[in-house]
Amino acid sequence: MDALELARWQFGITTVYHFLFVPLTISLVFIVAGFQTAWLRTGNDKYLKLTHFYGELFLINFALGVATGIVQEFQFGMNWSDYSRFVGDIFGAPLAIEGLLAFFLESTFLGLWIFGWDKLPKLVHLASIWIVAIGTLLSAFFILAANAWMQQPVGSIVNTAAGRAELKDFGAVLTNPTVLLAFPHVIAGAFMTGGAFVLGVAVWRLLRRAGADVAPFRTAAKVGATALLLGGLFVLVTGDQLGQHITTDQPMKLAAAENLRTTEKSAPFSVFTLWDLSGKEIISIQIPDVLSILATHDPNGQVQGIDNLQAQFQATYGPGDYSPIVPVTFWSFRFMIGAGSLAAFAAIWFLWRMRKGRVPGKREVAIAVVLPLLPLAANSFAWIFTEMGRQPWIVYGQQLTSAGVSPSVSSLEVAITLIGFTVLYGGLAVVEVGLLLKRIRGPLAAEGASADSADQTTPFSY
Amino acid sequence: MLHDIWFLLIAVLWIGYFVLEGFDFGLGILLPFLGRNDAERRALINAIGPVWDGNEVWVLVAGGATFAAFPNWYATLFSGFYMALFLILVALILRGVAFEYHSKRDSARWRRAWDWAIFIGSAVPALLWGVAFANIVGGVPIDANKEFTGNLFTLLNPYGLLGGLVTVTLFMTHGAAYIALKTEGELRRRANALLVFIGLVAAVAAVVFLGWTQASSVVTDSAVVSVLAAVALVGALAANRLGREGWTFVATAATIALAVTALFMHLYPNVMPSSTNAAFSLTVSNASSTDYTLSIMTVVAVIFTPLVLLYQGWTYWVFRKRVSADRVPDVAATAAPPAAN
Ligand code: HDD
Ligand code: HEM
Ligand code: HEM
Repeated sequence: MDALELARWQFGITTVYHFLFVPLTISLVFIVAGFQTAWLRTGNDKYLKLTHFYGELFLINFALGVATGIVQEFQFGMNWSDYSRFVGDIFGAPLAIEGLLAFFLESTFLGLWIFGWDKLPKLVHLASIWIVAIGTLLSAFFILAANAWMQQPVGSIVNTAAGRAELKDFGAVLTNPTVLLAFPHVIAGAFMTGGAFVLGVAVWRLLRRAGADVAPFRTAAKVGATALLLGGLFVLVTGDQLGQHITTDQPMKLAAAENLRTTEKSAPFSVFTLWDLSGKEIISIQIPDVLSILATHDPNGQVQGIDNLQAQFQATYGPGDYSPIVPVTFWSFRFMIGAGSLAAFAAIWFLWRMRKGRVPGKREVAIAVVLPLLPLAANSFAWIFTEMGRQPWIVYGQQLTSAGVSPSVSSLEVAITLIGFTVLYGGLAVVEVGLLLKRIRGPLAAEGASADSADQTTPFSY
Repeated sequence: MLHDIWFLLIAVLWIGYFVLEGFDFGLGILLPFLGRNDAERRALINAIGPVWDGNEVWVLVAGGATFAAFPNWYATLFSGFYMALFLILVALILRGVAFEYHSKRDSARWRRAWDWAIFIGSAVPALLWGVAFANIVGGVPIDANKEFTGNLFTLLNPYGLLGGLVTVTLFMTHGAAYIALKTEGELRRRANALLVFIGLVAAVAAVVFLGWTQASSVVTDSAVVSVLAAVALVGALAANRLGREGWTFVATAATIALAVTALFMHLYPNVMPSSTNAAFSLTVSNASSTDYTLSIMTVVAVIFTPLVLLYQGWTYWVFRKRVSADRVPDVAATAAPPAAN
């Protein structure tokens, strides 16, 4: 493999890995803040216990979100230096602002929350977790704005003499139609992730280790199911709009999501397609008109096909292959929707099974265990779809991915770091899952833990 | 004009990073040696527990701001110092995870392993940031296309390694000053004693390094600041002798701030001088973004940097009390939170 391919693998692996922790962080912090607020408003002890229980799970997850984020900040320069030179004038700004506005808030106020239980007035302490929550949203917005610009480069021009893209209108970058759609979609997807996690853990506890904790975990299960379900609805609405948007903005991605070869009216949606090695279809199960409805909200709507788009691209940009790897986009798109929908159905299922004090059957514990993995998978497939569907462009229509890679870095060096990060990340995953499981099995809240309030040394995490 | 302001702001971010994370690194390096038992080591970790992550963000913002204001600097530096940065990143990942997971299991072996992860995760970046900065200032091979043409071993020259020795020893001194200020009893006494020794080593290394820097090309104002840095370090040692722990810490912080300032003054108007051909050097003007981008970034920085300083400063105030090994709760109790009030 050459340096380009290795660098692509490295970016894909490290970014998807980072995004395993991100959606859980974004949603869990809101849910934990909600529990703490409920505790302060009602004085009901179960909310305090839930705050601690899910708060600790949140912290275990957050640690890896931070650790893997550090790599993200620097790898543009490391592996994609020509890309960095080309986009820095535009792309760097939201990245820097993300740090200045969001990361400082998140990290500082999280420190205050963890160590401040007996140092801060109750309301100030509560405010600090809400500030962390707002920080995660700010962080998500600015990084998505940066990413959206690569998908749809607005508010800028290409200065060929200087060999770079130049910013003309920062407001346009922040109100990029792509980010205005992607942000709510990603946040909704994050709430599905956290909701499924909270629900899955709660149901597992109810079925396997309820003890005296039935009331709190019933509450948690309902909160989780609600977040999952509402997240699912928003994901559907915003996802539908995103689909419409890429129909006009990145028609190649849509065509590749469907393996639509030629431009058609009343295009069908294929539920299932298999290819042979040469890329020829073997089987395909299709529903008529549905793709046209998805893409244009009109059963007779016209959807452009890969071959026609390829010809247009060649006419504009010269010879080359301008289509992504179709089986990848095709399947990742379906897995995103499929895994997400399954999770949303599970929310309905558990809400129904737990109505009016009922308890799910013992065997449903299997659903609870698999449930948190579904939105995680949906998120990963979604990014793989979004990013690989944009190929061969790194900046859509402006820079090819192959032109963005670092010329001064050898393939040996990329291989070393690729292996290094992958091994390290693999090891950390084992450690984190172990800690999560241990905590999930542990007591809801520590019995009689000492809180020497005069002392600095009563943190609950170190 | 705007790119000069941004050169200044980048310098401020690195100063913030080295002053704040400097004592975290120092504490991490001293952890296995100053902390003689588990309770002491946990007290040490608790002394930076609430703040280390906020301190680390300074480098993330420095990186992001360099990307935004000087894309060519960002691109050349991080693709050029590739393997060194990789080692730094691995170390920072290990260190961050180690802080968070250290007391999540009630097992001495588990915690011992994370203690060493904190040591390595602090020592490696403390050394390599020094090596990297020495090489930035000293100049590295860069070709006409702004591409670095060396490798990891290009960086490991005597001047670079000396720079690394300076940062390691300075951070250890700074970390010892922080420990003396934030702990009680034995830990505090040991930190005070160690500071004298490690501070002297740092002083010698720093004077040789800053002298070498000036000898290669004299930059008067930078030389003056270098001397001030040396004076501050001597002041730190004196204050430590007098038992004035607050002043010792202020003085070690000033030493680091002044030393980094001297380096940036020496660098200007280059951001990465080329040792291949001076004409290939990256400078504040040929590496920077457009004025439009810089002006937006300036507005954002002017509003938010003071705000960050304000709430980070407040955090230090909230956690101003000393920690003590006698009061570290046992892990069984801390594995779950204290039942709050
Ligand atoms: C939609 C949300 C989202 C996306 C797409 C990304 N991140 Fe992220 N990132 C977060 C949302 C987030 C977060 C929720 O704010 C995190 C997760 C855990 C945390 O500490 O904050 C975070 C942490 C985090 C950190 C550590 C911050 C700290 O120390 O507190 C860095 C440096 C980055 N990210 C950088 C990036 C970069 C350069 C990305 C693009 C490739 C990226 N993230 C994708
Ligand atoms: C229910 C049906 C869904 C539809 C119709 C849908 C639609 C889409 C579309 C068209 C894109 C591509 C946007 C682009 O390339 O710019 C996308 C991206 C994405 N989707 Fe979905 N999606 C759905 C469900 C989900 C679920 C369940 C999740 C996660 C739980 C999810 C998470 C994401 C993420 C993280 C992205 C990438 C970010 C982005 O570009 O917006 N989606 N989705
Ligand atoms: C924001 C969250 C992001 C996620 C979850 C994400 C995810 C992905 C994924 C799954 C790939 C596919 C790997 C491949 O095709 O080989 C990829 C590729 C890539 N993305 Fe993104 N991406 C994100 C943001 C960004 C941003 C902000 C940039 C800005 C530079 C970026 C630049 C790239 C690059 C350089 C590649 C490698 C080239 C390639 O596509 O193969 N991505 N990313």
